[in-house]
Order: sequence, then C-alpha cells, then structure tokens
Amino acid sequence: MKNLVTLFCGALFGLGLVVSGMTDTTKVQGFLDFFGAWDATLAFVMGGAIIPMFIAWRISAGRVKSVLGDRIPQPPKTELDRALISGAIMFGAGWGLSGFCPGPALASSSFGGLGGVTFLAAMLAGMVIAPPIIRAVKAAP
Amino acid sequence: MDYTSWAYGLLGGLMIGCAAAIYLLMNGRIMGASGIVGGLMDGSGRSTWAERVLFILGLVGTPALLGLVYKLPSTNVTSNIGLLIIAGLLVGIGTRLGSGCTSGHGVCGISRLSIRSIIATLVYIGAGAAIIIIARAIGVLS
Repeated sequence: MKNLVTLFCGALFGLGLVVSGMTDTTKVQGFLDFFGAWDATLAFVMGGAIIPMFIAWRISAGRVKSVLGDRIPQPPKTELDRALISGAIMFGAGWGLSGFCPGPALASSSFGGLGGVTFLAAMLAGMVIAPPIIRAVKAAP
Repeated sequence: MDYTSWAYGLLGGLMIGCAAAIYLLMNGRIMGASGIVGGLMDGSGRSTWAERVLFILGLVGTPALLGLVYKLPSTNVTSNIGLLIIAGLLVGIGTRLGSGCTSGHGVCGISRLSIRSIIATLVYIGAGAAIIIIARAIGVLS
C-alpha cells in the first residue's frame, strides 16, 4: 500500500509539473526576469501547491504518525547556517542559467532531448560529489 | 497578460501540492525532489532506496506515458551544452548543500512556515534573478 501511494504521488507530481508549464525553461527564466518581460506563472504554481500542503501540515499537527504508520517528520532546527545560504545561492544560479530545477528536469527527461539529459546527468553528478563539499563548507572557520 | 498560462499554473500547482499532501499524510514523507534523488546518489538514503526509485519512476514515467498520446510542450532548453553542465552541477551540489530545492523548501517548507525554507527560497530566487542579469550582460543568455 505504501509503495502504491509513493508511485501515485510521484506520478501526480510529474503530471502537475507538465500541466503547470514548469517543464518549459523559458517560463521559469521568465519568472526570474523581474526587470524584463516578467512571467508570473511560477508564482501561481507555487501558490497552488502551497495551499493543499498548508492544510496537510495543519492536519498533521499534533499527530505523531501518518495514516500508514510512519512517523511525521519533525521540523528542522531553525538555524540559518552557511550551508543553507551558500547552497541556495548555488542552486539559484544553476536554476537561473538553465531554467531547470530537480523536479522538472526529471519530469521532462523523456521529452527534453539532449539538452535535458545533459543537465540531468550533470545534476546527478553534482549530487554524487556533494558530500565532501558539504563537509568542507561546514568545517570552514 | 497570459491568463491561460496562469490558470494551468494554478491547476498544475494544486496537483503538485496534493501529491505532497498525500505523501506527508499517508506515508509521513516530505516530497522534496532533490532529497529523494540525492539520497540515492550519495548513498545516504540506502535504507529507503526502493521508495525513492518508485517515486522517481512515477515522476519520470507519467510524462513519458503522456508523451505517447499528447504532444508535450517543448522544454525550450538552451542548446549551450557547456552552460547546461555548469548549471546542472550547481543545482546538484547546491540543493544538497542547502538541503532542498523548489519542492522541498519552496512547497513543503514555506507551507510549514519554516523560517529556514522561507529564507532559502528568497535567496535562490534572488540568486536566479541576479544570474540572469549577469548572464545577459556578458552575452551567455539571450
């Protein structure tokens, strides 16, 4: 049952990304282009996605376990550390340059052509080599 | 103004949010794309590899199946392969270093009113906007 839910959620996420237009890199770059021909679509996608999830967090508040028995994850520490900020800067830079973030890059892998596959391969490689970089950032004085 | 694009954006966004809500309430999992994939890439999610693979199968498979029936809109991605490699590496390392991407921080974190996620989202949107201005100025983006 848990596996079925996982597959369903992945499928609905993929469908939502295609329907929302977020697999079109020009819409994403258009949103980030605040001083050009600004495209507000991404704000509608974010807003639309936050509404059901906001309700879900309210429902889960005070509950320890999910319907199928796994623990509801606890909120992370509220620290704003160097790793969070430098990671967000790197991610934002790559996102702006390509118009791709991880979800849409995966969702479009079957129809994104050579460019999409190249981005995806580089992203996966980046995730493979990330751990020593994360340790170095956290250890730096 | 492109109202159709906004309407599809809202509809697709609601679908993404419902997927995240069901994943949380049913399975107790946070739907963050970079976390789910990243755990497979660096081995940190070895104990939950099967559910990660299943989630990715749904995420990749649904558009692939849909593409057999409909002509899906183009990604309009740049043909500059060097730029895509740099961007991919930045996204891969950055999302792991910053513990999340648009789905993890943007959707699941903001809706929880997490300060970390709200700050991360503002920072990556700011960085994305800044890099577009810079890339245009030096002629990397048109």
